[in-house]
Amino acid sequence: MKKPASAPDRVVLALLPLLLIGILAAPAFAQQPVASQLKLTDRPNDDGSALLLTFDLTGWDETTRVRTEVEVDGEWLPSLMFPQLITPVPTKGGSPEYFGWHAADPEQRVLVVDRYIFIQDPTAEELAENPDAVPQPQPVYLEAANTYHVRLMVLHGGVESYYDAGSMKTDEQWFNVAATNNLVMCVIFAAIIMGFIMAARRNPNLFIRRINGLEAVDEAIGRATEMGKPVLQVNGLDPLSTLSTIAAVNILGRVARRVANYDSELLVPCFDPVVMTVSQEVVKNAYLEAGRPDAYREENIYFVTDQQFSYVASVCGIMMREKPAANFLLGYFYAESLLLAETGFTTGAIQIAGTDALAQLPFFITTCDYTLIGEELYAASAYLSREPMLLGSLKGQDIGKGFVMLMILLGTILATIGVYLTTGNWNWLVEMLTPLM
Amino acid sequence: MNFIRRQLPVVIAFCFGVALWAQYYIPSRASNEALETFTGSWAIILAGCALILGILSAIHHHWTKIRLKRAGFGYSIVTLTCFAIVVLVGWFPIQWPGFAAVTIADGSFFDWIFLNVFVPLDATMFSLLAFFIASAAFRAFRARSFEATALLIAGCIVMLGRVPLGELIAIPGTNLSMTSIAGWLLNNPNTAAYRGILLGVILSQVAISLRILFGIERTYMGGGD
Repeated sequence: MKKPASAPDRVVLALLPLLLIGILAAPAFAQQPVASQLKLTDRPNDDGSALLLTFDLTGWDETTRVRTEVEVDGEWLPSLMFPQLITPVPTKGGSPEYFGWHAADPEQRVLVVDRYIFIQDPTAEELAENPDAVPQPQPVYLEAANTYHVRLMVLHGGVESYYDAGSMKTDEQWFNVAATNNLVMCVIFAAIIMGFIMAARRNPNLFIRRINGLEAVDEAIGRATEMGKPVLQVNGLDPLSTLSTIAAVNILGRVARRVANYDSELLVPCFDPVVMTVSQEVVKNAYLEAGRPDAYREENIYFVTDQQFSYVASVCGIMMREKPAANFLLGYFYAESLLLAETGFTTGAIQIAGTDALAQLPFFITTCDYTLIGEELYAASAYLSREPMLLGSLKGQDIGKGFVMLMILLGTILATIGVYLTTGNWNWLVEMLTPLM
Repeated sequence: MNFIRRQLPVVIAFCFGVALWAQYYIPSRASNEALETFTGSWAIILAGCALILGILSAIHHHWTKIRLKRAGFGYSIVTLTCFAIVVLVGWFPIQWPGFAAVTIADGSFFDWIFLNVFVPLDATMFSLLAFFIASAAFRAFRARSFEATALLIAGCIVMLGRVPLGELIAIPGTNLSMTSIAGWLLNNPNTAAYRGILLGVILSQVAISLRILFGIERTYMGGGD
């Protein structure tokens, strides 16, 4: 007859399965990563819409995932639907915009906490439209001047571990300290340029190097006049908020005045209606100042379309039918640059192009007679007008460029020396000159 | 009157220019909201109004061509007719035979016109680029001078280096292939020139911004010097 188990034996038997589970699960728990040094801070230089969580994590591998969670009304809501891999999470050393160039504990990881996600049930209207509507995740962004309680979740081998990071109040700033170097450089350049503009008032005889493309403007308009053909100007495809478009419209004013003086015809098909409106006003005033308001024809400065290749088709059609003797392709261009310039080339027109779209420059250089490269486009208005104050700003700009070149040279030398110096003490100058934002 | 035409635009340009410049350094929420209001709402309203002007301008231009029977006025008839059809189809919810009774949604007549007329025409114009690149490259690569020859050689190396075959074309006795030489050309001389131009452009943009802010450059307002 089998002896009945005693009370202590029954307790051991009952705990045996738990013990077995514990033994089997022990390796998994033993390998769990451990987070420490958790610190929750306000994100600097922002509008108070985020916190930063920094932490040390040991024992992780490529499969380890992390995410932050925010406590809302006693419930922990995740910042991300799915935890992210730890490997791409930046370190403090790799985030100088938050921690400067010499962060303490540079290997600590940094997570930005700027939202939490809650699952929103479908509304009555949504259910009426679609009875199968399911709850949807909705992000809620953190707000300034609120205190948030945050924790870190570490997921490894299917096991979740939680670490409380404490609470922190979000705070908005009124000055972006990380952009101080930018502000200082901006003020220095502005002072240099304004200084030269003032100097140009006293001494208007400033030397500006010859720019062949701009010297050819008169020649091109004169040729068009002799041939009895119109002059065509395209102001690029960008809106008026782009500086190269403003530069192109400035040149249009100069070109229009010469066209008015020579009694030629000017065609300006526009891609943007705002640019068209401004172009009409600029050309109208140019004709007025040239004493030829009667020669101004508003229907020649017109809106075509705001679709890229439809616009190209239209302008190429004008080139083929009207055969303008001079084409000015100025402003910002995209893939249409070569289509326009190559069509103009086949019609035998003198072509002067100017753009700061670096990818399009080779196409213009290949197909146009003259190309204004980058800064020459911006210098054109001053160059054509010979206005001393505008020329003064060009001089100031050149000095600024010389200053930047000197800084680049100095920075290159110091960075090179810094590579060979184990202390790296020279890096401070390089870091000072490197914009953070 | 002179103040409204000449000074007031300069004052407005100065105030808004300085405000937007300062906004870059102010990260607060009020600052960001002000920028969104300006670039979002105001810009959309302005663009909407300008679009009406643009459409009227295009109609005026083509109508004038047709009325005066200028060269190529037939194209203007086609343009205005197509414009009228698309507006009619897109604006009025007419039940077109074989299409959904909606204006511009999927399955509408408007949608059919967009997919079967506009998209192929657009793609045709874009595809012309391949032929234009070939003819432009032919002219650029004619070895008439030292510079053109250097361009020809560099262009051939980069073209070969960007295709899988380039990896197989190597200089014997070295680990240099067309791909690595092309990479060096793109990353060093090309990038140096690229950045040089970019530096000039950025400084020029600072200068032209200052000229506009302080009213020194007023041509864009139609005011001349």
